[in-house]
Amino acid sequence: MTDREYLEALVAGEPDLVTAVAVLGRLEAKYGRPQARDGERWDHDLIAQLVPRGASVLDLGCGDGALLERLIRERECRGQGVDVDQEHILRCVQRGVPVIQSDLDDEKLGFPDASYDYVVLEETLQTVRLPHEVLGMMLRIGRKGIVSFPNFGHWWIRAQLLLEGRMPMSPRLNQGWHETTNIHLFTVRDFEDWCRAHGAVIHQRFAYADGQVRLLVPGDNLMAEEALFVIGPADSNTS
Amino acid sequence: MSDPIDVSAGEGKRKHEVDPPDHPNSVGWTHPRRIELATETNPLPLLSGRLFAPVTVEYELYGEISPAADNVILIFHALSGDAHVAGWDADWERDGRPWRNTPSGASWWDRMVGPGKALDTSRYAVLCANVLGSCYGTTGPSSTDPATGRPYGLSFPMVDVGDWVTLIVRLLDHLGIEQVLLAVGGSLGGQQVIELGLAYPDRVRGLAVLAASARLSAQGVALNFAARTAIVNDPHFAGGHYYGREFRPDAGLGVARMIGHITYLSESGMETRFEARRKEPDELKRQLFDPHRVLPRPPGGYRGHNEFDVESYLSYQASGFNERFDPNSYLYITKAMDYYDAARWGEGCLKRAFRRAQGDWLIASFTSDWLYTPAASRTLADALAANLKPVTYINIASDYGHDAFLVEVDVLEKLLTGFLEGLQR
Repeated sequence: MTDREYLEALVAGEPDLVTAVAVLGRLEAKYGRPQARDGERWDHDLIAQLVPRGASVLDLGCGDGALLERLIRERECRGQGVDVDQEHILRCVQRGVPVIQSDLDDEKLGFPDASYDYVVLEETLQTVRLPHEVLGMMLRIGRKGIVSFPNFGHWWIRAQLLLEGRMPMSPRLNQGWHETTNIHLFTVRDFEDWCRAHGAVIHQRFAYADGQVRLLVPGDNLMAEEALFVIGPADSNTS
Repeated sequence: MSDPIDVSAGEGKRKHEVDPPDHPNSVGWTHPRRIELATETNPLPLLSGRLFAPVTVEYELYGEISPAADNVILIFHALSGDAHVAGWDADWERDGRPWRNTPSGASWWDRMVGPGKALDTSRYAVLCANVLGSCYGTTGPSSTDPATGRPYGLSFPMVDVGDWVTLIVRLLDHLGIEQVLLAVGGSLGGQQVIELGLAYPDRVRGLAVLAASARLSAQGVALNFAARTAIVNDPHFAGGHYYGREFRPDAGLGVARMIGHITYLSESGMETRFEARRKEPDELKRQLFDPHRVLPRPPGGYRGHNEFDVESYLSYQASGFNERFDPNSYLYITKAMDYYDAARWGEGCLKRAFRRAQGDWLIASFTSDWLYTPAASRTLADALAANLKPVTYINIASDYGHDAFLVEVDVLEKLLTGFLEGLQR
């Protein structure tokens, strides 16, 4: 008997769980499990559209610098990266992207308040030890912040934990619990709650679902594999 | 017998690995050049307030300066370095520099500079000059004071990193170089890069500061002081007027060099390299480590020097240094190192100092460097970031301590070739 069969037997007569199990089953039947896709990350195109030409952009956890290189070349941005990994730093230098090797969790960054038009956390927030502090730093340094993250509320993630009883894995979250660098996973709803609780203004939100990028709509906490939010400090309503 | 110890180089990566002169990646045979850059009518204004002349500068230039003079890489050497960055000195005999006729002492950054190397002399013109106060062709304490007809000794004026940069700019003017593409240096050489970037921001496009910081730590000053004390307390020092005498303060300079070499290596790097191994033949080693031996130490009185590998390493470094360095120059250059503080460009505030910075900056530290620590280098990067200047900072993982900027050639090659590409994009 699989976890799923056991669970179905166990919850017989309990409508909410039965519904949940049934919904997850139908979603799986309709969409299949999420597939890995080749090519550039889905959010690079979006960020390149969101960031105005000539803006200043600080990318926290910039990785190999691919996004910043694109913003510098295509959008004439003034770009600066921060990353912790030596190999990433070398790749950035080869791309002509300025980057500071620093651990977001351990070291203060010397950037002044409101000194960048945009601060980007591309698939980085869930990897830091102190997400609350890093978001605070983002809102201090940036006039706007762009945060993209894997949505732990996605139905496939939920199905694995609920029906298999295992830590969920997906094309994005492809390392096992014992070795994953994604140590602070959260959902669309969690992130909205944080913004509300800490006075951050949400300017825009986008979903990546079933291979498409679109505006985030109600229900996407279940449907979005990944999400991207444009946020700002409380007094940035005007823009 | 125990294995012979290679005291000139570490295991694995070698600090000095000079390609033979006929090697395709070697700059080959080089000729030092000399130029008078300050005369009685055009003296050099020193930061001490003194107008100084005459000043001769020895420099080397590899590769061709492009017609637009936009392909020049300027290298600054460190404390004990010279203008002879790469290749083999064709004039070693004429100039009395026999150490340059050896594979380990031929030149100090040959692994980085040459055709097809990181600083590629088939594309770039690579320039390096010996600093004022040194003893490798540029005017220094051992030069003759025209007023007395004798060596300056300690009457030589105090010099500062800022004076070196003023002098380098005179050399750039002489060579018709408006702006260097890249200035690069490690340690004290890195501090000259900083100073060039702050004193003459428009004379340099890219700046690479390796294993250096805005100022030396109190610990660093302390070690320099101990080194200088060893020199001036040597009975042969004679107030700095040992030139032409039978003995020089070699014992003092030797100790100074040992202190220096200790600061250039890391604790774990030293452990790996020397493992507290003794030099004894294996038979004696077995006896020493035999717990049943009644006398665990050799019979007789105090045993002298060079019992341990690390001792013979330091002794070797000290005696080699005595052949090629002037004790007075050591005093002057370490003083300049102690004096330097880039914050003077911001009335004591480093962040304010870097307001005037231009160009692209690359700051590299090494994880095991305790002379110019990663934290101190990081402060430079933060000062640039605070002024929203483009900056790259990398803390290179290395076990080689401060010496890493001479040794970690592979990662430096990736870093500097990438940085050079970026500058020309």
